[in-house]
Amino acid sequence: MDLSAIDPITLFVGLVSAATPLLFAAIGELVVEKSGVLNLGVEGMMIIGAVCGFAAATTAGSSAVGFVAGAAGGAALALLFGVMTQYFLTNQVATGLALTLFGLGLAALIGQPFTGIKPPPFHGLDIPVLSDLPVLGRMFFRYDIVLYLGVGLIALVWVFLNRTRTGLILRAVGENHDAAHSLGYPVVKIRLAAIAFGGACAGVGGSYLSLVRVPQWTEGMTAGTGWIALAIVVFAAWKPWRILLGAWLFGGVTILQLNLQASGFLSWLQSLGIPMQAQYLSMTPYLVTILVLVVISADRTRAALNAPGCLGRSFTQSG
Amino acid sequence: MTILRNTLVAAALVLGFGAAAQAQDEEPVRVGFIYVGPIGDFGWSYQHDQGRLALEETFGEAVETSYVESVPEGADAERVLRQMAQAGNDIIFATSFGYMNSVVNVAKQFPDVKFEHATGYQRADNLATYSSRFYEGRHVIGLIAGRMTKSNVIGYIGSYPIPEVIRGINAAYLAAKSVNPDVQFRIVWSNTWFDPALEADAAKTLIEQGADVLMQHTDSTAAMTIAEEQGIFAFGQASNMANFGPDAQLTAIIDNWAPYYIQRVQEVMDGTWSSTDTWGGIGSGMVEFADLSDKIPADVQEEARTAMEAMAAGTLHPFTGPINKQDGSPWLKEGEVADDATLLGMNFYVEGIEGVIPQ
Repeated sequence: MDLSAIDPITLFVGLVSAATPLLFAAIGELVVEKSGVLNLGVEGMMIIGAVCGFAAATTAGSSAVGFVAGAAGGAALALLFGVMTQYFLTNQVATGLALTLFGLGLAALIGQPFTGIKPPPFHGLDIPVLSDLPVLGRMFFRYDIVLYLGVGLIALVWVFLNRTRTGLILRAVGENHDAAHSLGYPVVKIRLAAIAFGGACAGVGGSYLSLVRVPQWTEGMTAGTGWIALAIVVFAAWKPWRILLGAWLFGGVTILQLNLQASGFLSWLQSLGIPMQAQYLSMTPYLVTILVLVVISADRTRAALNAPGCLGRSFTQSG
Repeated sequence: MTILRNTLVAAALVLGFGAAAQAQDEEPVRVGFIYVGPIGDFGWSYQHDQGRLALEETFGEAVETSYVESVPEGADAERVLRQMAQAGNDIIFATSFGYMNSVVNVAKQFPDVKFEHATGYQRADNLATYSSRFYEGRHVIGLIAGRMTKSNVIGYIGSYPIPEVIRGINAAYLAAKSVNPDVQFRIVWSNTWFDPALEADAAKTLIEQGADVLMQHTDSTAAMTIAEEQGIFAFGQASNMANFGPDAQLTAIIDNWAPYYIQRVQEVMDGTWSSTDTWGGIGSGMVEFADLSDKIPADVQEEARTAMEAMAAGTLHPFTGPINKQDGSPWLKEGEVADDATLLGMNFYVEGIEGVIPQ
């Protein structure tokens, strides 16, 4: 065993970076669900974001263009979902699943000419003084700009939902669309805007995968990240700050288990007769999610406070 | 995730079947493939698909191939295999170890369809197995890695702790150790064949912990990309990954399935197909290598080539005693060569590798 090979700072840096795609996808989905729409197509929107971002970044030679294109791609796919569910009143669960299947296939098609090439490099910031601080510099001040934007977005979403009138209206639409409608709020338009925002966020998360974290385009490269983002929204009980916690926890467990494996720590535990497996660690965030679900649904009043009242229900003006 | 594609393929197969039934003359041999990853993984599944394309090129109109990609191991695989059998395929290649139970079940239900399972060990009258002696390739990359590492730490990304993967680790380690007694392996299990983000994270973790040469037994090119980015060395897995790591790739173990697929489909046409167990290595052309990087010194290149030739000729076996197991108990005596049965069921590390195989 060689625990000294694990550098806590590097571990933290890896965790924060691994959590970023999750963070974007989850905060976007949170806003969508707050408006009363359940979009299970996060995985599909992420992979479309990954491929659009990669294609645009390599074509234009600029990561910034890539991220914008990734957001646009994710939002476009999300609007397809929006039109289906809001105007044609299709079932949200089925449409969301179809969106994932469609997104994966479409991304593979778009991505064909882009395999085996490198995206433009995307470096971390170099802030004078701050980046050079001994420990804090490496831990907090050397990431790329998109990562900071992600954390900032969480704060913005919190302010938007809790401190602005528009945010209140969006929540009202999610809680009770009939009441919101009777007050004259455009339920469908608000929901479409939320869906597009969710898609754009998922798209940026996907672009982060293909432009920064892996950096390459490979078919199916999201490999389930979108589903984890959905779990994080539940884990966070629809509260923005807990999305940050959830993303870091889910991302962190992955990085931690890899580090523990590589250092031989897990093997050392096993040699002592403690049957600790990497899989147990990988499981923990999901177990916590189930636990959160049980806790919030055990108490009817609290459940009503957390999950949006009209989540997943279609809205028709007559009904 | 593949339901849509499966349905489309199935529909295409059914349509193709109907059309072909009207055409008299020679009916083409229908060949189905089922892949665990996308054909665009540029690794394992890509390489099997190259074999499928070689079939089309060789036989032209005489074959009709189809494939379903990204099929998870488990219940989904059984459904896809059954669909392919029902769609009128004459021979179906199941190209991942984890399809074993599914293919055994479906083979029982369709005695007239021929099945081939890659890297498995269960056979029946209509179910053959085939694999490559990848460990011969691992021996070569182990030699090179042992010579090229400066930190003496080799990072290894394993997928699942199955005999094929453990055999690869042992073969690479023994070879590396033989040329560099100080070499150390750090092994990380990803518990997946294909997850580029996780593979990339595993590669970064290993590099952070001191590895300056990476080996992988997973299917994507993510680790190669990271190696290139961080300026260290790596080996392509299953396919030539030089595009993803022009400076990083020292060489790649290339799985060349085409000759085998051509031979087996020919046998179906001739009516001579029978259930066999094939395990080919460098000698039979199933294991090939990408060009050795010019970053490898000439004498090391020479050493690697000599080993390739000796294994092809059958004069060198990567598992030749004396070799002890990890716990120090003797496995092979001086000069003794491992038998295939032990290799096929290998579930232990050899002496010197640190760590415990996950159960």
